[in-house]
Amino acid sequence: MENRNWLLKVEGLTKIYGEPGKNTLHHTGPLYHTNQCPETGAIVACADINFTLYPGEVLGIVGESGSGKSTVVKLLYFDFEATSGNAWLNEYNHGKTNLLNESNQRKRYLRHHKMGMVYQNPRDGLNFEFSSGGNIAEKLLMAGNFHVGNIRKRASGLLTATEVPVARMDDTPLSFSGGMQQRVQISKAIANNPPLLFLDEVTTGLDVSVQAKVLDMIRRLQQELNIAMIVVSHDLSVIRMLTDRTIVMKDGRIVEKGLTDQILQDPQNTYTQLLVSSLL
Amino acid sequence: MVEGKKFINKFNYAFIDESTKKEIRRKLLKAICIPGYQVPYSSPEMPIARGWGTGGLHVTLAIIGKNDIFKIIDQGSDASVNACNLRDFVQSTTDCETTFETQKATIIQTRHRITEEVLHENQIMVFQVPQPEPLRGVERYERKTRQMHAEANYAKMWVSLYESYVKYGDIMRGAGYPVKVNQRYIMSPSPIPRWDIPNLNHAKCLYLFGAGREKRLYAVPPFTNVEPLEFEDVKFKIEDFNGIACDLSGEKVAFLDELYHAGGSTSHVVNDSDFLDKLIHEKRPYQWSNKYLQEKIQEKEGEFTPKKDVINGK
Amino acid sequence: MTFALKIKNLSKSFVMHILNDKKINALFDLNFEINKCEIVGLTGKSGSGKSTLIKCIYRTYLTTSGQIIYNSEKFGEIDLVTADDNEVLTLRRSEITYCSQFLKVIPRVSAVDVVGESLVVRGSSWEFARERSREYLSQLGLAEELWDAYPSTFSGGEQQRINVARAIIAKPNFLLIDEPTASLDQKTKDVVIDMIVQLKQEGTSVLCISHDQYTIEKMTDRVIELKEGKIVSVPII
Repeated sequence: MENRNWLLKVEGLTKIYGEPGKNTLHHTGPLYHTNQCPETGAIVACADINFTLYPGEVLGIVGESGSGKSTVVKLLYFDFEATSGNAWLNEYNHGKTNLLNESNQRKRYLRHHKMGMVYQNPRDGLNFEFSSGGNIAEKLLMAGNFHVGNIRKRASGLLTATEVPVARMDDTPLSFSGGMQQRVQISKAIANNPPLLFLDEVTTGLDVSVQAKVLDMIRRLQQELNIAMIVVSHDLSVIRMLTDRTIVMKDGRIVEKGLTDQILQDPQNTYTQLLVSSLL
Repeated sequence: MVEGKKFINKFNYAFIDESTKKEIRRKLLKAICIPGYQVPYSSPEMPIARGWGTGGLHVTLAIIGKNDIFKIIDQGSDASVNACNLRDFVQSTTDCETTFETQKATIIQTRHRITEEVLHENQIMVFQVPQPEPLRGVERYERKTRQMHAEANYAKMWVSLYESYVKYGDIMRGAGYPVKVNQRYIMSPSPIPRWDIPNLNHAKCLYLFGAGREKRLYAVPPFTNVEPLEFEDVKFKIEDFNGIACDLSGEKVAFLDELYHAGGSTSHVVNDSDFLDKLIHEKRPYQWSNKYLQEKIQEKEGEFTPKKDVINGK
Repeated sequence: MTFALKIKNLSKSFVMHILNDKKINALFDLNFEINKCEIVGLTGKSGSGKSTLIKCIYRTYLTTSGQIIYNSEKFGEIDLVTADDNEVLTLRRSEITYCSQFLKVIPRVSAVDVVGESLVVRGSSWEFARERSREYLSQLGLAEELWDAYPSTFSGGEQQRINVARAIIAKPNFLLIDEPTASLDQKTKDVVIDMIVQLKQEGTSVLCISHDQYTIEKMTDRVIELKEGKIVSVPII
């Protein structure tokens, strides 16, 4: 059964800020209710993260703020450098190369060709000095598309798919509402049809009605493009709506993982039970 | 150390002391080895302020020898104040022969132009560069632009070209149109007009660039690939003077200056002063040959048939 | 006869950590088999563990001990207790369907799409899925003006029809179904029973919770009765 086609494999992914000591990893985590090393003061943002993602699958990462859930996707998108760990992408060098050790140039290639990222804050994913079309063009240009006419055709197609009026393609996202900025970010993230998309708290901070529309759109795109996603959220209803499987994080560690309906209906871990009971 | 000598002559040959010249030469060699890469250098004090041509002067003085023949132009003119003063300075510190004649010169220092006349293997053109960083317009931090060059991450540059096309219907860069050198580095050609950009490509001469204020040297070696950035469907174009001719020489295929007269009328003259002199008093000199210029000539041929020998300098 | 599902020594208990590790034992040492193309009824009073059992099979609940051997097309015999998440998801997409007692769907999706979705995840086009979906909804007698409305606003009976249609349309190999005929009128009840029997003839095995004597008698091949988490009798009808 090992020959099933996985997409992304992550092993022992760890990020420590500051000077780690001998016992840093042993004296932090959910058992100690802290991610700060009592000896050296180093912060363990996340440690020992293992999971496998399959094509077209949607994985949720849930946890309170500071649990390290955003760090995981940011490490995989190379926003930060991991302290240790391995990550392999099946579509890259037949899954034999640890992405985290690649050169910056190779990492950028991966970001432009194999991945997309949608940040909580549109400012992190979009350049507000450029128009929304220009932001999408960035991804297309970096994938070797140097035909302005084709770029604009693709950009308007993407904006239509994400329900942004194409007439506003040449305006900066600065003048857009939060929901629209998120849509532009999603257009940019999926511009090169990546097999893998990271969504980091995409609907946090949006009005409830806008939130619902953005989530509906993400769900629709997921089904249409069959794109694998890692959805980071503190909101269990977002997780319930979008994901097949869920990882629960606390103090930088995974405390539980399983099918999303199992996590919600039969949580095993103390923290997960607390989380779920807070929802209902 | 040569005892007392320095003080008798008041200054070293070519003004800069030998070890600093050596440093500049070493950096120039590195720049030539990595076409388009900006090499940091010392940018020593000069008797003129940084930003007034010191970069060009550093390069010239570091490479000049007693047998060199020196020419300097400022926006095409041998006679502007800046050119005159720098020429006098180089001449007085080196005793070199100076000239206005493009073909005769071995070193031509320039501000914002390449000569209209074609250059050859035995010639070096030295550019005074105000801003060596082509990415400065899209990224203000040096740390980041250096990383962008190192990783050939030119996304922002390309997006800004896309944006200017979307906003203005064209890639609006008058002077200093960004080029890619040797298929690797994006380079600022210094604020030369688009007219001159194609002449950087596969030239027989050596191009050296010095930015004194920003303390950077870079180079385009002979026969190096230099391409202006362009899209598949939005191409680089050189300036179009719409068939306007030079008032003094009647020349149409050369870079023209527009002069404003009291009373509001305008006239056009050839920008390159040596080229203009030759057009008026001698035969038409050999011009650069590139596909953009060729197109212009063909367009003109459609309108009127110039004598072939005028175009080809015969 | 080949088996579809074999349950061995299955026990399930819940530990509530937030209530001082309070332990609730739900199922004790269950053993039974379901054959291919068999409809097995699951009866018992409320609280006897029927839904818990079905959720354990579907992996919505994690089994505490024992084995649930499922005879799958894709992986052969596989223990649903220890299979990894992705294997379970694959089976859910292609072979095992669970139809809960109450409709739980994504909000803001129309009735036609809710039903059609089950076909789309199995690789059909939306066009085909919607067409089939309308056929099923019309057979089940859902008023046509509701087809494009959101089911969350529907009455219990209407929701139930969508729930059943959604489960049956995909023609799964194994169907877990919880009270398919509750809150339905007699006519629709018969339609649902016919549909499930039809499925069986096409090769589906069914485990069906029902309180309704009529449904049990008309539909099931045999019945398993649960009492306080244990099997009391396996009568053959």
